[in-house]
Amino acid sequence: MLKKLLHVGYLIWDYIYSNLLTLWTVASHTFSKADTVEYPDQMPYLAPRFRGRIVLTRDPSGEERCVACNLCASACPTDCIALQKTEDETGRWSAEYFRINFSRCVFCGLCEEACPTYAIQLTQDFELAEYQRQNLVYEKHHLLIDGPGKHPDYSFYELSGKAVSGRAKGAGKHEAPPVDVKSLLP
Amino acid sequence: MNAVLVQIINVVVILLFVVFGAALLTWVERRLLGIWQDRYGPNRVGPFGSLQIVADMIKLLMKQDWVPPFADRLVFIVAPAIAMFVVVAAFAVIPMAPGVGVIDLNIGLLFFLAMTSLGVYAVMFGAYASDNKYALLGGLRAAAQMVSYEVFMGLSLMGVVMLAGSFNLREVVLAQADGWYIVPQFVGFLIFFMAGIAESHRTPFDLPEAEHELTAGFHTEYSGMKFAMFFLGEYVSVLMTAAMITVLFLGGWLGPAWLPPLAWFLLKTAALVLSMILIRGALPRPRYDQLMAFGWKLMLPLALINLLATGALTLM
Repeated sequence: MLKKLLHVGYLIWDYIYSNLLTLWTVASHTFSKADTVEYPDQMPYLAPRFRGRIVLTRDPSGEERCVACNLCASACPTDCIALQKTEDETGRWSAEYFRINFSRCVFCGLCEEACPTYAIQLTQDFELAEYQRQNLVYEKHHLLIDGPGKHPDYSFYELSGKAVSGRAKGAGKHEAPPVDVKSLLP
Repeated sequence: MNAVLVQIINVVVILLFVVFGAALLTWVERRLLGIWQDRYGPNRVGPFGSLQIVADMIKLLMKQDWVPPFADRLVFIVAPAIAMFVVVAAFAVIPMAPGVGVIDLNIGLLFFLAMTSLGVYAVMFGAYASDNKYALLGGLRAAAQMVSYEVFMGLSLMGVVMLAGSFNLREVVLAQADGWYIVPQFVGFLIFFMAGIAESHRTPFDLPEAEHELTAGFHTEYSGMKFAMFFLGEYVSVLMTAAMITVLFLGGWLGPAWLPPLAWFLLKTAALVLSMILIRGALPRPRYDQLMAFGWKLMLPLALINLLATGALTLM
């Protein structure tokens, strides 16, 4: 009987103690700092590899890097990239139009991974709000930026081995002269 | 003539104080809960967000005054009015300071208990008229909870009445001149505090409107100003519970003379409101059967024992 009473007493004390401890813990948070980031006033921390608005970059000489290979469009899980290849008189490929629908884009970054020329890149900008949905469809002149983006020294045509005007096959960087397959010399 | 004028000013000022105090309390509570949950709470409108209540008011007033087609129209409209009326009416008997108070009723305490008992009608009417299963469940819980907590709420106060020898709240305060009743009536204070929270159905006793189970409980179908009346009624009843505890256990306006009596009253009330918000921020909601067991098996016997002991000591 006494043992049972003691046990009940202990249980009641346990409940009271646990509730008081909870109250004390919550009250002690009066002096702890809020975790809130007040966003429009204060920019949140963005990770170095944050994936935001997509841009098209240029190579160091100022030419468009994009060669309109369509790999980004085929990698895109939401089919938000549309482009058409064209070729100038020097033999360089480029995009006739390049369109990204940001109302569909999920910012997965697969286009950036697929791009063989570092042309398409994701930036830190995430403030894309528009009043009209149509304004979220970015054309090529919206997407193109003046600089080279994340890979400042990379120039695809310097390394590709493809002959474009002004540079024959084998004249690029790290390139051996073309092999004459018809010659029998070693 | 002059006395009548003073009385009218008294009534109007106290009514405005109660209603605006309750409205301001919604902001205070949100800020405090924010602080205790390591965030800011509403801090955008006005200085420290204090004009948030204005924004909320405008929003609620702009809303369509909608009555669901399946609801019992008359009862549906009357319910929030009752919720607001009973708590404001109960405020009439609370003496705030010498000369400040709406009415000096010689059965003030009974009037207060009667009004809080009527409060359950608001919840039940609202729930029943809504014709909604969540509202009905909330109403059921509210009825059971408020009726059973009513019992020992009254009993816990009888100790104070015995000590003071009066139902008049002003005399109860004056009887505490040589010692607040929180000391001899500590058990009564605890029981009344908990019953008061249960009467204003706030966390941890907010089962009638338990968001996680019952959408919004008895006021699921309410919107706009009718919802605001229920909401404001809840906050007025928080103020009222705090004011009642101040009057009955903390010596009302009595305090050292370096502050005016009204300031002491408001200070004590504010401290109690703060502690009620802290309790809301900290404690979880019990299960329904636990709530009833807590009421009938622990609180009621405690209240009775307290009553017996006080009676015996008073007679000695």
